[in-house]
Amino acid sequence: MKILYFAWVKAKIGKGEEDLTPPEDVRSVQALVHWLQARGEGYAEAFADQTRIRAAVNQDHADFAAAIGPNDEIAFFPPVTGG
Amino acid sequence: MISVQREDFDAGAEIEQLGQADGDTGAVVSFTGVVRRGAPDDPLLSMTLEHYPGMTEKCLADIEAQARERWPLSDVLIIHRYGTLKPSDRIVLVVAAAQHRAAAFEAVQFLMDYLKTDAPFWKREVRHSGTVWVEAKSQDASARARWTAA
Repeated sequence: MKILYFAWVKAKIGKGEEDLTPPEDVRSVQALVHWLQARGEGYAEAFADQTRIRAAVNQDHADFAAAIGPNDEIAFFPPVTGG
Repeated sequence: MISVQREDFDAGAEIEQLGQADGDTGAVVSFTGVVRRGAPDDPLLSMTLEHYPGMTEKCLADIEAQARERWPLSDVLIIHRYGTLKPSDRIVLVVAAAQHRAAAFEAVQFLMDYLKTDAPFWKREVRHSGTVWVEAKSQDASARARWTAA
């Protein structure tokens, strides 16, 4: 599973992209967040306040209930501030 | 048409080109977003725009398609820059061309409102007092919501 991080989420985790293989029971964005939180201090800090985190699945905005699979590209980032 | 680019753009030339798309265009409306210096006691020194390559283009193309569904537009252009910008630099250009002005005016507002809340860009500001990630504004969500209100 390809996982991408942007803006301060990337800064806290210390990388912009990684390939991970979460356990099979990680089948939603929310479950992935829980699993990532346990991976280390940077992850825990990045996901501490989930109201400040947005997600995308395969480059479309997605809510935390969205289903995910091993071949998906998942991204985590703060609310966008372009324009 | 969509362009996500590091380089500056020539707003005048882009607008002129859209006006000449066909003989039926009677209105060309544009919006140019520019980097503000902000509060005099804590001025902006520079701003860096990060984005999500791939999703950005997909998202902007989708916003353009939605605008074209709502209004009879003869052409649409969205240019958004990324990278490091200084006060007074241009960030974004949105242009809509139509037969009549109402469609072109409304489409540009719609495109900007959707771009603000949906397009995956993030601004990091270097101010006199330090470096901060810009927080999203709730007004931007309200501005977008007016297009979906019953």
